[in-house]
Amino acid sequence: MSNITSLSLTSLVNNIKNKKLSSEEITKAFVDRSEKSKELNSYISEDFSNAIDKAKKFDKNPNLDLKLPGIPMAVKDLFCTQNIKTTAGSKILENFIPTYESTVTQNIWNEGAILLGKLNCDEFAMGSSNETSFFGNVLNPIDKGLVPGGSSGGSAAAVSGQLTPVTIGTDTGGSIRQPASFTGIVGLKPTYGSCSRYGIVAFASSLDQAGPMAQNVEDCALLQEVISSYDKKDSTSIDFKRNEYSKELTKDIKGKKIGIPKEYRIDGMPKEIEDLWQKGIQYVKDCGAEIIDISLPNTSYALPTYYIVAPAEASSNLARYDGVKYGFRANGENLIDMYEKTRSEGFGAEVQRRIMIGTYVLSSGYYDAYYLKAQKVRKLIKNDFDESYKKVDAILTPSTPSSAFKIGEKKDDPVSMYLNDIFTVPVNLAGLPAISIPAGHDASGYPLGLQIIGKVFKEQEILNIAYAMEEKISFKNKITDWWIK
Amino acid sequence: MSIDLKTIKHISKLSRISVDEQKAKKLAGDLNSIFEFIEKLNELNTDKVEPLTSVAETTLKFRSDEVQSKNIKEQIIKNSPENNDDFFVVPKVVE
Repeated sequence: MSNITSLSLTSLVNNIKNKKLSSEEITKAFVDRSEKSKELNSYISEDFSNAIDKAKKFDKNPNLDLKLPGIPMAVKDLFCTQNIKTTAGSKILENFIPTYESTVTQNIWNEGAILLGKLNCDEFAMGSSNETSFFGNVLNPIDKGLVPGGSSGGSAAAVSGQLTPVTIGTDTGGSIRQPASFTGIVGLKPTYGSCSRYGIVAFASSLDQAGPMAQNVEDCALLQEVISSYDKKDSTSIDFKRNEYSKELTKDIKGKKIGIPKEYRIDGMPKEIEDLWQKGIQYVKDCGAEIIDISLPNTSYALPTYYIVAPAEASSNLARYDGVKYGFRANGENLIDMYEKTRSEGFGAEVQRRIMIGTYVLSSGYYDAYYLKAQKVRKLIKNDFDESYKKVDAILTPSTPSSAFKIGEKKDDPVSMYLNDIFTVPVNLAGLPAISIPAGHDASGYPLGLQIIGKVFKEQEILNIAYAMEEKISFKNKITDWWIK
Repeated sequence: MSIDLKTIKHISKLSRISVDEQKAKKLAGDLNSIFEFIEKLNELNTDKVEPLTSVAETTLKFRSDEVQSKNIKEQIIKNSPENNDDFFVVPKVVE
């Protein structure tokens, strides 16, 4: 088999189960390609030689009943991995070596997968372009000058560039779906409470969710099946009946009602995004689903709400980085001076900006005007979805208002950067599941994604719709391997 | 609304992030453009709306208050920038 790295996860698993490929062959293939792909800057930490050792060990005594038998996998560097450096893309955690494992990654290793390394991301997952990482920006495999999106930019580039068969990211306001859309891959943000947050470096706790990123919908379903679990270590983890997403996957979506929200037709949206959306509507119709026009009247308030709630929670979560318990410490004349210098030198500009916004909106005299107001509007946004879901089973929208933008293009304009997440943020505010699938290309040949938003706990439903659409779309990523050395 | 340098200094003190004059000016500009964007929420009347406290429609589970991790002192202090094997060490607080 000449090109192992282009195989899907499902196909790799089958090849291992049929003994056509060994874990060692597969692991070496991904290590080899990753070694040749340094220019993408996808990895923060590599664990290649350990990975090959683990693969050899797996092959000696293979357990083929597992869901990810001997499959190598790199993960976003926001997941704590025991005894392996976990940086969250920040200088302040540059040398942090967790003494425990996140539940989501533990679930992956329990099913037989092997860690390849830790993938680059925006600092503390705060960013939409991977440009805020202390370890430098990631390049989009689609084209050299493009951002891969963020915050799971290293993850998206690694799947798209075939450095890992699949991966996991985290999504607080679009951090899985937007980079998936920018790199031509599939990304799922599960229902809040579906995947444990234990051991994930916290950003905004009421919004953060881990989820799978993959080359296709079937792989995405399989990985979701592995990572989703009820976990006592996360008090917001929800004990509900989880489907066997990959086994129950079906293209039969006849009679499903799909909502099209008119408020997502925003001013200044490029025509190619509108055209893509219309194409998507036609595809679901062709699959026998019914299209229903709906209204989510408070959509335009989602981003301003998010930029109060997320920084508020972040400012509280990031208070723990004080130069005492773990992480970077700067020298100071006294304790307070040490705190202030540590945080000023340890955090990057975007993280400092968000901590300051969060501190301000929670400060005495401003709490009611900002934080409480935002929590009320958040309720209205959730009510919009609840109303719509009385009429429809799922909602179809574009994933992003544009294709991938150029490196540096939006770096100095925070508000224009934030506008990237206009279609993804409402989903996090309402705690819903949503999937982004590649659905076409713009005039430059850059990928564009469509988003399917589901009801809570209805991951299976949106995976099925995505699976049916995927066949009709038959998307091919245009990757030339320009970075391979 | 406008966030002036005095307010930036106040927030930086609350955030325990030191800022010099130049950084304060940059932050004031950034925060003003972000808050201008956030002010859009004032268009909405939310007097009769209950704030959302949790998206998950379940009640938090109770558990017995038992120690789960024992003898992990070493693990806890392992990543600290400075310790004396038993405690975290910080700059002198009391003279």
